[in-house]
Amino acid sequence: MEQLLGFAVPGVPYGCAYAVFAVGLVLTYQTTGVFNVGYGAQAYVSAFVFAWLVEDHAWPVWAAFVCAVVIVGPGLGLALDRFLFRRIPSSNTTAKIVTGLSLLVGIPALLPVVFGNQNLVGAPSIVFNPDTVYFHLGADVPVNGIYLSAVLLTVVMLVVLVLLLRTTRLGLEMRAAVESPRLLELEGVNARRVTATAWAVCGLMAGLAGVLLAPTEVTVQAQDYVTLMVAAIAAAAIAALRSMPVAAVVAVLIGVVSLTAQGYLPTSSFWYSAALPAFPFLVLVGALLFVPGLRHLDEAKDPLSSVDPPPPPPAARARRREVDRLVRTGFFVLLFAFVASMLTWMPPTWETVMNQGMAYSVVFLSVTLLTGTAGQLSLAQATLAGIAAFTAGQLAHHLGLDFLLGGALGAVAASLVAGLLAIASLRLRGLGLALMTLAAALLFDVAIFPAQAVSGGTGGITLKPGWLPLNLFAPNGHAYFLVVLLVLVLCTGGVALVQRGTVGRFLTAMRGSELGAAGVGVNLPWQRVLAFTLSGALAGMGGALLAIQQTVIAPGEFNYQLSLAFVVIVVTTGVGTVEGAIQAGIGLVVVQQLMQYAPQRLQGLTFVLFALGALAYAAHPEGIVELEKRRWTERAERVLTRRRRAPATPAVTGRP
Amino acid sequence: MTGADRPILELDEVSAAYGPYRALFGVSFSVGRGTVVALLGPNGAGKSTVARVASGLVPASSGSVRVDGRDVAGEPAWRIARLGLAHVPEGRGVFDSLSVEENLVLSFRRLGGRGQVSASLEQAYERFPLLKERRQDRAGTLSGGQQRLLSLAKVLVAPPKVLLADELSLGLAPGVVDDVYAGLADVRRKGTALVVVEQQVDRALALASSAVVLERGAVVYFGPPSGARAAVEQVVDRRARGRRHPASS
Ligand SMILES: Nc1ncnc2c1ncn2[C@@H]1O[C@H](COP(=O)(O)OP(=O)(O)OP(=O)(O)O)[C@@H](O)[C@H]1O
Ligand SMILES: [Mg+2]
Repeated sequence: MEQLLGFAVPGVPYGCAYAVFAVGLVLTYQTTGVFNVGYGAQAYVSAFVFAWLVEDHAWPVWAAFVCAVVIVGPGLGLALDRFLFRRIPSSNTTAKIVTGLSLLVGIPALLPVVFGNQNLVGAPSIVFNPDTVYFHLGADVPVNGIYLSAVLLTVVMLVVLVLLLRTTRLGLEMRAAVESPRLLELEGVNARRVTATAWAVCGLMAGLAGVLLAPTEVTVQAQDYVTLMVAAIAAAAIAALRSMPVAAVVAVLIGVVSLTAQGYLPTSSFWYSAALPAFPFLVLVGALLFVPGLRHLDEAKDPLSSVDPPPPPPAARARRREVDRLVRTGFFVLLFAFVASMLTWMPPTWETVMNQGMAYSVVFLSVTLLTGTAGQLSLAQATLAGIAAFTAGQLAHHLGLDFLLGGALGAVAASLVAGLLAIASLRLRGLGLALMTLAAALLFDVAIFPAQAVSGGTGGITLKPGWLPLNLFAPNGHAYFLVVLLVLVLCTGGVALVQRGTVGRFLTAMRGSELGAAGVGVNLPWQRVLAFTLSGALAGMGGALLAIQQTVIAPGEFNYQLSLAFVVIVVTTGVGTVEGAIQAGIGLVVVQQLMQYAPQRLQGLTFVLFALGALAYAAHPEGIVELEKRRWTERAERVLTRRRRAPATPAVTGRP
Repeated sequence: MTGADRPILELDEVSAAYGPYRALFGVSFSVGRGTVVALLGPNGAGKSTVARVASGLVPASSGSVRVDGRDVAGEPAWRIARLGLAHVPEGRGVFDSLSVEENLVLSFRRLGGRGQVSASLEQAYERFPLLKERRQDRAGTLSGGQQRLLSLAKVLVAPPKVLLADELSLGLAPGVVDDVYAGLADVRRKGTALVVVEQQVDRALALASSAVVLERGAVVYFGPPSGARAAVEQVVDRRARGRRHPASS
């Protein structure tokens, strides 16, 4: 008993940290309608600013606290509302998730760029002294300030927020604003202000959580940070994103159970090395599979959405025949010029860059198919790419199999995994599905890819020239280029055919309305599994090609952040068309290469671009390239029309 | 003009559009204090759009809208609502995710403090016992007709200066429609001016003190209810003929 207590009590501060974030996730979801995983990043900002002020600028603790929690926290929340989330239509689940995740990845990367490198280890405690043992539980289980402040913070926060949400006028208005801001305005309430207040309150809570938890060192390390987030998401999911007390209790349990298990399990066992880190992920997956409330998320539609005008049609469809012909000819000329220059004068650095871009394009096609056509958001595309790469690597290593052949087999493996993932999450939609794929990606990151049998341990797998059939590594050989080009052309054609064919129609119908599609006889489960399988194969092929170029396949290479980057990049350039994927792939590597020439200080700017991408996506869900294309085709059409009939007829009054 | 006989709602040459799609072309009419205006016209004529422009949900692209003598062009919907204009929108008009009681409380809060709110709740429950029975249920679990009653309960207990009711009786059983009209007559007696959008022309005209007939986003008749019937029939006629000879339209 004494031993159990000794193992379990240290789990309490961890559990409380998870709880504070889980409650924050539920709070943001209930008051803003956004499942904002960026909440963790918001907390991190406040903690960072707090430590920075106290340590580097010798501010008194109370002043730093006021600045970090009362000013920076709500200020950041307001800024997120003003510049990001307000612009996203509430029905666009994909955009909301992607934006939240980009915050989670982008903000911690941006902070060192702005403030220089900091460590938070010395962050002072506000309430209790972390090193003082206040009393003992049982005979000799010490309880220090960390435990006390964690418990105190959690309980106070929970009580305050439950009261706010359930009994006050503001709480009621916040919940109403999530469902329909316009209906709320008809009641004489300024809905924008209510939503902004909600963001400010969430920001304040995030800041408080960050600063008070900083001394427990839970938020400091990047890896802890992910575990923290996943445990919090899992707890929030079990509470169906609805009940804050349930979320808090589950979160504390996750903390206590993991630390107790850690205490009892022998350190050398499989359970200790693989199952323990995977525990929060398994809880999350379990919640997604079995909590019925998660199947109906985001179902309340704004009754006044019929007030909005319909979205404009995509460029390709609004196009006139002459313009279409022009664009097509232009495309082939460009393609020819590109192939010719790659084979003749392109400097090797840039040839490599372009090759990589094309390999990325293949992976991005999987996003186009899955998200653009079928409307299913997957945050595991990099994981699928990794599965193929590691499969090919292991096959070559053990059986001496040709890497290209192995890559094809790897793509089959990736598509199988994707298919299984789809089957497991058949009952989920939108946010639930996104979380499921995220959980899968994180599970692979933490428990599967680092394993010796998969990736050969931390060193990764180094490709040997003998594994490749053609002389792909030769400095002046173009074999790799031709292989990638061939694969890209085939995949692009394949995806375009799928989009245009019957399957594409079914998938498009499914994206428009799952209920409607089911009503006209589309076999939804089958279509979804098919879409995932195909996109898994695409991601796998791209992954194998990327691996060839990188020559070392390291375990951390295909992590969830990369999946996320993939989605953000593709949706910003344009997720609706195959061109979008290619533009995204080439654009990504060109920007990366140009960044190499930029001064060292600006390296972090990649993440700023990332954030700008999310911002652009929030404003134009069809993608910036698609938007520009529509503008240009419209302009071209206007010119053509004017030339055809000299006196321009005034536009006929539009009637739908 | 003195304050008392100044119209409570006035539209002057109002045009409006949904993005590139234009829906209203120079609509003008006015609603006197405590009077009832029936807003009639075929499907797609722009009745709902008129209501939306008046309540600020859709901005007017030109012309002016005055509520209680004040120009509200470009004002957000919540400000207009605070001037005493209530709009019960077409279709679902309640918060699905809130309970029945929370829906009512949200409306009654603007009347005053907690005492006022609970008194108003009492009143609403007295009039609609069904709502009392289901007050803890989410409004989304009510039937369409019950949701309309909930919308009606809000305005009956706290009558606004002017109420825009967009097809309040749509899809209700005949007996319930009688209830709804009795309710509307009630708020009118309390001094509320009404703009009633209706497909059931006779019902609306029976209550109305004047009528507006819309066709393709423009007013074709504004006058006493007695002449409205003929105007509506003409519009219907023109449509039928237009359909037979598409070229002539
Ligand atoms: N969200 C929208 N986007 C584009 N056009 C719209 C939108 N809502 C309405 N319209 C168009 O505006 C015009 C007027 O519509 P409105 O809804 O005001 O008609 P209505 O008279 O209320 O019809 P009903 O009797 O069917 O309710 C119609 O031509 C309609 O197609
Ligand atoms: Mg209507």
